[in-house]
Amino acid sequence: MNGLHATGSPYAPHTEADRKAMLEAVDADTVEDLFDIPAEVRFDDHFGIDARTEREARQLVRSTLDRNDDIVELLGRGHYSYYVPSLVDHLADRSEFLTSYTQYQPEASQGFLQALFEYQSLLVELTGLEIANCSIYDAATALGEAATLSDRVRETTGHRVLVPQFLREERRSTLENYIAGTDLTVETYPVDDGNVDLSGLEAALDREAVMVYAENPTVRGTIEENLATIGSLTDANDALFALGTDPIALSLLQRPADVGVDVVVGDASVLGLPTSYGMGLGLFATRERYLRQTPGRLVGASEDATDRRAFTLTLQTREQHIRRERATSNICTNQAWVALRTAMHAAVLGPSGMVDLAKRGVERAEGLAERLDDLIGVHAPVHDRRHFREFVVHVDQPARAVAGDIERHGFAVHVVGDHEIQVCVAGVSDERLDRFVAIFEEVVR
Amino acid sequence: MTDDRSPERVASQSRYDQARYIENGEYEPLLSEKDLTRIEIERVADDGGGAGQKTGHADVEETAENGTANVNATSGGSPLPDDLTRDSLELPELSEPELARHYTRLSQMTYGIDSGPYPLGSCTMKYNPKFTEDVAALPSAAVHPDRPDESIQGTLEVLYRLQDYLARIGGMDAVTLQPPAGAAGEFVGIRVATAYHQHNGEGHRDEVIVPESAHGTNFASAALGGYDVVSLPSDDEGRVDLEALEAALSDNTAALMLTNPNTLGLFERDIETIAAMVHDAGGLLYYDGANLNALLGRARPGDMGFDVMHYNVHKTFATPHGGGGPGAGPVGVVEELAPFLPAPTVRERNGSSRSDEQVYERVDPDRTIGNVHGFHGNWLVLLKTFAYIARLGDGGLADASASAVLNANYLAEQIDYDIPYGPFHHEFVASAGEQDAADVAKRMLDYGVHPPTTKWPEIVPEALMTEPTEVESKATLDRLAAAFNAVKDEADETLKSAPERTTARRIDQTSAARTPRLSWQALSEDS
Repeated sequence: MNGLHATGSPYAPHTEADRKAMLEAVDADTVEDLFDIPAEVRFDDHFGIDARTEREARQLVRSTLDRNDDIVELLGRGHYSYYVPSLVDHLADRSEFLTSYTQYQPEASQGFLQALFEYQSLLVELTGLEIANCSIYDAATALGEAATLSDRVRETTGHRVLVPQFLREERRSTLENYIAGTDLTVETYPVDDGNVDLSGLEAALDREAVMVYAENPTVRGTIEENLATIGSLTDANDALFALGTDPIALSLLQRPADVGVDVVVGDASVLGLPTSYGMGLGLFATRERYLRQTPGRLVGASEDATDRRAFTLTLQTREQHIRRERATSNICTNQAWVALRTAMHAAVLGPSGMVDLAKRGVERAEGLAERLDDLIGVHAPVHDRRHFREFVVHVDQPARAVAGDIERHGFAVHVVGDHEIQVCVAGVSDERLDRFVAIFEEVVR
Repeated sequence: MTDDRSPERVASQSRYDQARYIENGEYEPLLSEKDLTRIEIERVADDGGGAGQKTGHADVEETAENGTANVNATSGGSPLPDDLTRDSLELPELSEPELARHYTRLSQMTYGIDSGPYPLGSCTMKYNPKFTEDVAALPSAAVHPDRPDESIQGTLEVLYRLQDYLARIGGMDAVTLQPPAGAAGEFVGIRVATAYHQHNGEGHRDEVIVPESAHGTNFASAALGGYDVVSLPSDDEGRVDLEALEAALSDNTAALMLTNPNTLGLFERDIETIAAMVHDAGGLLYYDGANLNALLGRARPGDMGFDVMHYNVHKTFATPHGGGGPGAGPVGVVEELAPFLPAPTVRERNGSSRSDEQVYERVDPDRTIGNVHGFHGNWLVLLKTFAYIARLGDGGLADASASAVLNANYLAEQIDYDIPYGPFHHEFVASAGEQDAADVAKRMLDYGVHPPTTKWPEIVPEALMTEPTEVESKATLDRLAAAFNAVKDEADETLKSAPERTTARRIDQTSAARTPRLSWQALSEDS
């Protein structure tokens, strides 16, 4: 039945006898008779895609991907690759989790619902905010959702969304698309040596601002020192304060709720996903007062008919399948399985493991910066700030040439300016960092 | 059985301190000696002495032998000043073996496509081949998005070839792989329509027409793009009402969003007329790919006059739904719309540095709408999609739609519920009649199968929207039909008290919504 399927789908199980009996039952001579498609729009050709055995298909992908250079990535700027414990793959890959659907029948989906409830709880603890949803696609789309939330809940008549001067272009562009249907505008406020320029922000802030966005750590790896002040400034102007961050940073850095943050967004997949060409997990947490305006799915606790605790998707009237054009978002399919992996990874680490991982992110980044700073023609870090995971390096030589030379020795770094490169230590072993310093020294000599 | 215990918590008193109340020598160290920088003992009741700062566990044990105390242990100091860090982190502490059991137990309380049939209408719950998981786990698949083009030729080739596969399958000229889900694909289509109209000096078009029976995402995506949604009624046969469409179309129409076959499983036979009407009005025709599994190899949206479409690869190309995501929603467009696609797309570069192999590069389309994702979408899902299509090829894809349509027709033939609309393709909508469709679904769970989508589309009263897909065998379909028919003959109170055989009995939705408890923290406040 499922040998080498030269023509049919290997996953359609009908034997010839079955097919015959089924056609008879529906009173059709051939399957073609069941298609009610006018001749004018019929496609009677082939796509020109060859069928393959499973082995051949695997081989095709493997040989294609083998064209990727195998180099050590000292890359971050929003996408990180920490070591993911084996338990995560083995348990998340259990096919009940992997092959289930959205939990529209909660009585048969208690396990996944509880896992998502645990994920929500993890974010509540990390952020100090009261509610977290099951996921948005990634950090950029979560930022977009935060802006439309601010548009819905604002008490002012304003329309200005303020974002920092240092921000990934793709993130800003995604935000611009998300607000295209509103009267919001995106404006930039200045930064000062890798942190928010407070006087610049204050000058930019007025009653017309509905949201201020900041990041901690920033895209250039600096730890933001002015969060509480930003919180007060936004509060004084009745604007929402949205912060972009991630679960590892949150394990150590200031708790958003303590500094006046109203919405936390960012990429939660720093835990749970290995490097995956930018695939992520949009985290979204906010205050209880915005519950009815929150986008995305929410899992709530309830009771079943025998009064036992049970979990279910709840407050679905916010969502597109019920509220249609008046929904809080158009999101339907989300990143649930990645959220499961994130919760698993966090659970394996435990609180002390998460804190340690975060501390190492500070110590190893700052340690590497010191070592690079000792080299001739190199200054690191460029910003006179505390750093998390990554930092910017000034090189006297053209940055692109330096990065190219480094890459020929098997290491990838970011080029972020004519004389600036950026390096990230997340997921890179100490031995490799040693080798990287040696190569760097050779390259800039 | 759901566990009622909230996770064990570790109390924290001050910066990464861990505290424990000890009684008469019963002391289990909180931190290993190597992590310990300080221990403080605060006497609660004893014979005096012993309180104060200590250096190690031995001191504590000695002190604790004759009394009761609070012990605070502090681990290695923070590398950061206090004002940049948080005070505590309270999360469960479990060993790896405990976690393995915890998640195994949770998986056992979850029904997946590998558990049994999952005939959710509109959701296309197909079997997910296992080899694609192995492909996604290849170390060479793990690359950072900021790597230069030259060093990730393998990834770019996969993306380029997948763009090409999807363009062929949809009859489109260009494809973007960036949208991370179907709804995100719809949103890209809407944004592309806006950019296209603005480019042509037609920025005043502010309406998108959506059939009443369409997916909720169509309405929401159009609204997110800033459009007024014009709802289009169906005719008596369940298809687009041409007169109503004529009335709805105007100089303000930006686009009509259609699913074909529609949510009743019916092919819109007038599709060429519809396309002509929309185009004559200056609008674009959008294809919602949710039901593409019915058409593979039999018809292509591009040939029907659609200008832009999204593909739900997690449905049509069998990537796992993973409890609700991730999916991916690539968007295909005709030539005229290609310049507006999100940035970047992948193309072949002329003049290659490696003469024997084609070289690929990422480029921003001329008049791109920009980004709808921070990087390049859900790469691992796209990779599995590529592997699936490469496995099936022309014949497999055509067989998928043939078997899906045969299965839906066969199942419909076996069940006793009324099916008001036809001829349908890969899915049908039955009516539960006097029964409440939601109760029917709950009762079906007791027969060990997943129920269909219920109460939607609303055009059918008490709708049971059923899509068996091509992967179910005749024997499974017979079992599924038996479940439908058994429930049809059951008494109302049996349905109302269902399900009986699932992990949880009927769950109180009202209480969940009225008193939202969305975290363990909220639950512990209650108790």
